[in-house]
Amino acid sequence: MTSDQQSAGVSEASWVRDALAVHEEQTAEEEISRGGHRGSPQPLPGTVREELVLERIDRARRARPRVKEERITMSHGAGGKATQTLIEAMFLDGFRNPLLEPLEDAARLRIGAARLALTTDSYVVSPLFFPGGDIGDLAVNGTVNDLSVSGAVPLYLSAGFILEEGFPVADLGRIVTSMRKAADAAGVQIVTGDTKVVEKGKADGCYINTAGVGVIEHGLDLGVAHARPGDAIIVSGPIGDHGVTIMLARGELDIEADVTSDTAPLNGLVAGLLAATGGVRALRDATRGGVATILNEIAKAANVGVLVSENDIPVRTEVRGASELLGIDPMYVACEGRLVAVVDGAAAGDALAALRAHPLGGQAAVIGRVTADPPGIVQLKTAFGGTRIVDLLVGDPLPRIC
Amino acid sequence: MRYVDEFRDADTAHALAAKITALCEPGRQYKLMEVCGGHTHTIYKHGLEDYLPEQITLVHGPGCPVCVIPMGRVDDAMALAAGPDVIMTSFGDMMRVPGSKGSFFDAKAQGTDIRMVYSPLDSLKIARKNPDKRVVFMAIGFETTAPSTAMTVLRAAAEGLENFSVFCNHVTIIPAIKAILDSPDLRLDGFIGPGHVSTVIGCRPYEFIARDYGKPVVVAGFEPLDILQSIYMLMLQLAQDRSEVENQYSRVVPWDGNPVALQAIGETMELRPYFEWRGLGFISHSALKVSERYARFDAELLFSVPGVRVADPKACQCGEVLKGVLKPWECKVFGTACTPETPIGTCMVSPEGACAAYYNYGRLTRQRVKEATQA
Repeated sequence: MTSDQQSAGVSEASWVRDALAVHEEQTAEEEISRGGHRGSPQPLPGTVREELVLERIDRARRARPRVKEERITMSHGAGGKATQTLIEAMFLDGFRNPLLEPLEDAARLRIGAARLALTTDSYVVSPLFFPGGDIGDLAVNGTVNDLSVSGAVPLYLSAGFILEEGFPVADLGRIVTSMRKAADAAGVQIVTGDTKVVEKGKADGCYINTAGVGVIEHGLDLGVAHARPGDAIIVSGPIGDHGVTIMLARGELDIEADVTSDTAPLNGLVAGLLAATGGVRALRDATRGGVATILNEIAKAANVGVLVSENDIPVRTEVRGASELLGIDPMYVACEGRLVAVVDGAAAGDALAALRAHPLGGQAAVIGRVTADPPGIVQLKTAFGGTRIVDLLVGDPLPRIC
Repeated sequence: MRYVDEFRDADTAHALAAKITALCEPGRQYKLMEVCGGHTHTIYKHGLEDYLPEQITLVHGPGCPVCVIPMGRVDDAMALAAGPDVIMTSFGDMMRVPGSKGSFFDAKAQGTDIRMVYSPLDSLKIARKNPDKRVVFMAIGFETTAPSTAMTVLRAAAEGLENFSVFCNHVTIIPAIKAILDSPDLRLDGFIGPGHVSTVIGCRPYEFIARDYGKPVVVAGFEPLDILQSIYMLMLQLAQDRSEVENQYSRVVPWDGNPVALQAIGETMELRPYFEWRGLGFISHSALKVSERYARFDAELLFSVPGVRVADPKACQCGEVLKGVLKPWECKVFGTACTPETPIGTCMVSPEGACAAYYNYGRLTRQRVKEATQA
């Protein structure tokens, strides 16, 4: 704070100084790499200057992630940029090993001759019961799907319960019944578990953690890092149903629409797809952060561009309408029974036919393709006929959707 | 989807774009300002600039409600919210706006009770449910949102609710437009007038722009075709050497505005002598406070508000961006020190802010877009 500012009763924000220090550092590095001349004698034309700025931003985005906040905020759990930063800067840094590093939906392990997949997920959805499902089938399907999109056949699940004092036993009974039904439908067994109870007010009714193991029976190495130019991007059905259902089920918005959650096990759909073609490079289930987040993960991991067309992305009219009213983009809204597949362009037809042959994939569609340029960036051809970027989501007002 | 798809039709857009291009005089550059942040958002979200000839530049204006809130006001709100038994309510857009000690999100993480509402009326629900708490609504926005705050105050008065008050930060659009017109560093050819604000104030208040400054104004809707048509209407006025106020958004905007809404504002609020705008400084008669008659709902009188001014960080050029003097990417810290996840300036916070819109949707030059999409 300078003295004249003080006398005027004006203060300056301290956290801004830190942000600017990092900026100065980066700009200085840039100057040195460009030959140490600050500013050029002739002002550069606008487009060239804009390109330089964009390159600088690109470098800043590739810089080592750092958690700048002093405390965890709701954004850290929303599945967008803050979540990614937390995972990379905190967890990946702390636990780093080659199995964790790809940050796929499940870790792939080799034990003796067997290839296994292992995953875990916690469920804190509010409300616990919603049209089309409840926290119970969500907890089973979510873990089954994380294993499925890793190319594994899901086999065994664990279930951990954190219950709040005062939680109705009848509700717990409903949840357990729907977990049982979901497990039967997916052909998995819940073989171990844990129970904890916390004082009233220390949790919100019921939280569930599930972990799962599956076996990988084919030789494919699936992963978003394998995407290459020319590949097709496919979604297995209309997007955003689950997230919009939950937002409306909270009853805070006074909007009614005929939507139900899409929660469903994807193992059958994936088995059909992998049997039909060897051209599958990567599979992801589009949960928190929605399809947009998956597309960004593809672009970043494989250092490729992704170009999708708004007209080709299946979205139910009810979901579009509710999203319009809420000012959200269905591309960022969570699904719990939809997958995104990256498939060799030549195999796109076979893949699409295989998905459409399954009841969960009837409305599967090719939504775009992988391009060489611009690397790391997802572009959308809008229905209006323009083009724009689709970035990772920053801040999410409604985080507890799963 | 009915009533939406019609306004996003690509064929109609191509036809309009051709007519716009035909109206461009060879060698002349056109600068048109969209005043409202909602328009900025639409332009980027639908990639509307792809349709415009390079002679036309859209300049993003000051009409983004959270972008104009100075840091000191955010600090004041946080000080208010941290008071004993206070529940602060706010629109979601406000949650990430940085004050000198962080944002509402950060304050919430530290235990301050700040809740997001979709309507100010939801604050009354919270007040009724928590009679032993004092609920303060952080009111922001132009004339678009002021009526809903006014109605909330009237409702609270009718119910005799005593634990509700408003921290009023409503601003008015006309003084901001005037400040831009009087600013020496900008030459504009015309204005795309704000649609939502005009549903309340009507089109008459813009007449001075056409009459005294000789600039055409077209009040526009928020679908991409609305904006494209407004650009066509502006270009037609320029080609015919006219400067008038026209209403493209007549399906929603009455020429004289909404008298009921204006009356509710008039009853519950009054003009402040001056108010600080982020980046634009103090502008006289540019903001509203709770009127004397409803003083018992005025949080600024009920609580002690620190009222400390916080200087905008020197590197932050939000003011130049809000006035349209700089493009977002021309700001020194754009995209490096200032990003949507850690915004320094307000323009990077709201989806209606020019910087956030450019960063999230437009971070490629038109040339790169052409190459990539045609490859």
